[in-house]
Amino acid sequence: MKRQTRRLDRQPGEVIDRGSPLEFGWNGRSYPAYAGDTIASALAACGERVFSRSFKYHRPRGLLTASYTDPGCIVQVGDEPNVRGAHRLAEPGMDVRSQDTWPSLVFDVKAANELVGRFLPAGFYYKTFIRPRPLWPTYERVLRRFSHGGVVSPDPLSPELSSYDKRQVHPDVLVAGGGPAGMTSAVAAARAGARVMLVEEEHSLGGHLRWGDKADLAALHDLRSLLAASGVEVLTNSVVFGRYDHNHVAIVQRGLTHVYERLVKARAKTLVVAPGLIERPYVFAGNDVPGVMLSTAVRRLINLYAVKPGDRAVVLTANPQGDAAVVDLERAGVEVAHVVDARGGDDLVRVLGRGGVKGVELVGGHRIECDLVVTAVGWTAPLTLLTMAGTVAAYDSRAARYFPGTATLPDDALPAGGVVGDGTLDELVAHADAVGREAARRAGSMSRREPAAEIPALPVDAHPELFHGPTHGIVDFSEDVSSRDLLTAVEEGYSSAELAKRYTTATMGPTQGKLESVNVVAIIAEATGRTISQTGTTTWRPPYAPVTLGALAGRHREPVRYSPMHPWHERHGAAPLVAGAWIRPDHYGDPAGEVLAVRKRVGIIDVTPIGKLDLRGPDVPKLLNLLYVNRWSKLEVGRVRYGVMCAEDGVVLDDGVTGRLGDQHYLMSTTSSGAASVWEWVESWLQTEHPGWQVHVTPVTTSYASINVAGPRSRELLGRVVAEIDLTPQAFPYMHVRTGRVAGVDGCVLWRIGFTGELSFELHVPASYGLHVWETLLDSGNDLGVRAFGIEAQRILRLEKGHLIVGQDTDGLTQAFSAGLDGLIRLDKGDFVGRSELVWQAEAAAESRLVGLHPNDASVVPEEGSQLIEAGVICGRVTSSRWSPTLHRSICLAQVATEFAEPGTLVTVRLPDGRSVPATVTEHLASVDPEGARLRG
Amino acid sequence: MILIPCPWCGSRDAGEFAYGGEPTPRPDPRTATREQWRGYLYLRNNVAGWTTERWYHRMGCRRYLTVQRNTVTNEVRQP
Repeated sequence: MKRQTRRLDRQPGEVIDRGSPLEFGWNGRSYPAYAGDTIASALAACGERVFSRSFKYHRPRGLLTASYTDPGCIVQVGDEPNVRGAHRLAEPGMDVRSQDTWPSLVFDVKAANELVGRFLPAGFYYKTFIRPRPLWPTYERVLRRFSHGGVVSPDPLSPELSSYDKRQVHPDVLVAGGGPAGMTSAVAAARAGARVMLVEEEHSLGGHLRWGDKADLAALHDLRSLLAASGVEVLTNSVVFGRYDHNHVAIVQRGLTHVYERLVKARAKTLVVAPGLIERPYVFAGNDVPGVMLSTAVRRLINLYAVKPGDRAVVLTANPQGDAAVVDLERAGVEVAHVVDARGGDDLVRVLGRGGVKGVELVGGHRIECDLVVTAVGWTAPLTLLTMAGTVAAYDSRAARYFPGTATLPDDALPAGGVVGDGTLDELVAHADAVGREAARRAGSMSRREPAAEIPALPVDAHPELFHGPTHGIVDFSEDVSSRDLLTAVEEGYSSAELAKRYTTATMGPTQGKLESVNVVAIIAEATGRTISQTGTTTWRPPYAPVTLGALAGRHREPVRYSPMHPWHERHGAAPLVAGAWIRPDHYGDPAGEVLAVRKRVGIIDVTPIGKLDLRGPDVPKLLNLLYVNRWSKLEVGRVRYGVMCAEDGVVLDDGVTGRLGDQHYLMSTTSSGAASVWEWVESWLQTEHPGWQVHVTPVTTSYASINVAGPRSRELLGRVVAEIDLTPQAFPYMHVRTGRVAGVDGCVLWRIGFTGELSFELHVPASYGLHVWETLLDSGNDLGVRAFGIEAQRILRLEKGHLIVGQDTDGLTQAFSAGLDGLIRLDKGDFVGRSELVWQAEAAAESRLVGLHPNDASVVPEEGSQLIEAGVICGRVTSSRWSPTLHRSICLAQVATEFAEPGTLVTVRLPDGRSVPATVTEHLASVDPEGARLRG
Repeated sequence: MILIPCPWCGSRDAGEFAYGGEPTPRPDPRTATREQWRGYLYLRNNVAGWTTERWYHRMGCRRYLTVQRNTVTNEVRQP
């Protein structure tokens, strides 16, 4: 096993737990670590410097920022690709590997790309692979092998990797960023009475105080105590990745047990944005060689992880933080060979070495040997969340960074901390405290009479505009885009930041511009002779941080509905059919046999999903007359009627029967799929067009279990379980409704209707008795040959009878006259929904009609959707087709152009396999019992 | 996801609602020309700015309501 040769003695602010050692694997070898180590810090403690190969040239890469955004340390952990190695904590037994290196990280064949580097210029793909066009698929296959990224396992992932979660929260104040400003704002808001959530990307709170001096650590200790006592909910290892309208704030929470990631959707009254500042890399030759690090990276390594980042260092500094890095390095025993003070105009020319830093060249050609180069040239303000909230970022050349424009910021978003300005810790804390109180006030957590908090101004320090040195270097470390590539892009005319970005892919890699954005803009500005303000920035869009698709999808939850009779269906081998939210019995193994049972004896089917609306009030007839195309004003108590609804464009919307149970009491049924939408439709007409009508609508679809008893012996069967209802044809004729007791259950509704074309009764029984009534019917009808039938049998039965199904035999363009409903539509009854269009359809004559169709070869069942073709032109389509067990032949319904709709017309059906077969339009839609003798019996 | 002010339930996430679009007055079916009727069916102003919209509180109180929304800024207010 490797040894931790570069581990320092105990550091005052270290986050590792030396009492909890562990081991994990790196490219197959075992490495030691302590709990609290990141993968990268543990490897660095063992002297490893190279963690990946770069995107285009496969140059060796090491640590740059030693934080989540580090582009040089993206690794594969077990089955999980693209893990941020400088952020993910090392765990016992972890199998960590470098990504996309072959045959090994040390010797990578694709590093040869660099030798042909001048042939991989900006816009390389566009220039090289665009012609000849037909070759693109070949190019694509080869290029894919060169793609960057880890490996996704084709095997099912472990539960920890495949479980995701969502959470909804409604904090008064949400604070993004857990540095001193964020912590202070959170405490201030909580003290003002607000419910506060604080979100921090890193594993612990404190921001830069964590790697600061004694005073910083003492201040951090105090802040943590205040926060712990404040009642603020703290999420660490979590990132706010988007701010949407009305302060809908999306957070991804990581590092959970049992769940890989959780998406937290917060509706915050006020959002405080305190992301701090991100250190900017410096662009010069060799700036990506392993051993070139930002000052914050070495300070993190030394102070948080007790890792000695090198032996001999050259430091380029332009700010006090760079100076502090020099102090830290010396304390850690690193020899600081030379300090290049950029404030005095000094500069670095190039880094020497390939696989690791061997030295630097200074201005004038002087060379210094070293294994570590530290740069501290300035800061980038991550304004992403603020720009998502409406801020227009403004560049300040004096401070060499962008600031949030406050004029365009909405009331419900407030910036705090380094994005607003500089200053001492006391000044930042005083500012953040006022921001926190103001955030609570705006969230309504304080009395409305409370005056707005006075937010003090923060000073802004002067800072040199240091973006690049005298040589060309890497600008975008994740995409391997150099300053030379940007100049090429500008020369070729891509002089706007947005165009150069797309042409070179700068800022489009895993770091998403967090490190390199300002450098990109500065280099383009210089090349085009404009200022940075004139050049403008690229657009910041969500997500700010990577979020898995799994987290966005959340846990798989699809509500499923079962009828009360479902246990019986399961016990009897029903094939399940998914119908919207319902699971229904498609058949019980023999749909043809089920059809014949209904035609010859009696069958029962579970039709619970049929939509049912209980309508009460004196104005129900008005409503029915408005929504149905037929007449309803004279429906007597005890009668049911079939009705069809159209939309205002005359297109058939839904159908069903409605019965009058009492003087002011009706029960409307809808199609199963229309149960929800028809309810909304009814409500919309009542609420928006006729609010004065007295109708009360109650959805009762699931309050009743519905059973259709169909077949010549259905009356006999029902007679055995029904009391007090006279079922004789004279007392209970076709299209009538009765209420009463069935199988001992009171409050049942029976209507005599016939979707199957047979004598049949539809029972609606209180849902909790559904299974009881169902089983009683089956038990009572053994000698009658009663049999349960499923949806498939019902579809065959109704097709034999020529009853249409809305949405199958009609589509989104089928107006009522094209659905064969001529006999139903009452244009003379006054206004109804869709009437105007139907009047015009009647005047113009329908362009197509619904007809019955029999293939001349009775054995051919054309697939539903098959086209009808005459003289090379499509003239219709088969909408329903089945083999009829009753008639021993194939039968269809079809939509055909009116000129071919006459009975006896021969049409040609084009089958999906390309064959054409002749078929004849039948006289009736119904193939069985067109006169309706059976259902009226 | 924006907030919709429901006069019965208070401010709720738009995910609870069904969008009903711009309400268009229904022409008198006795006198409406085809052009007027099809304007009622299909033509909407679709302005960039303040619009009046109908929303249906499908996951809540099941009421249709009218709100004003600025389609540019997504500011929402009760008419």
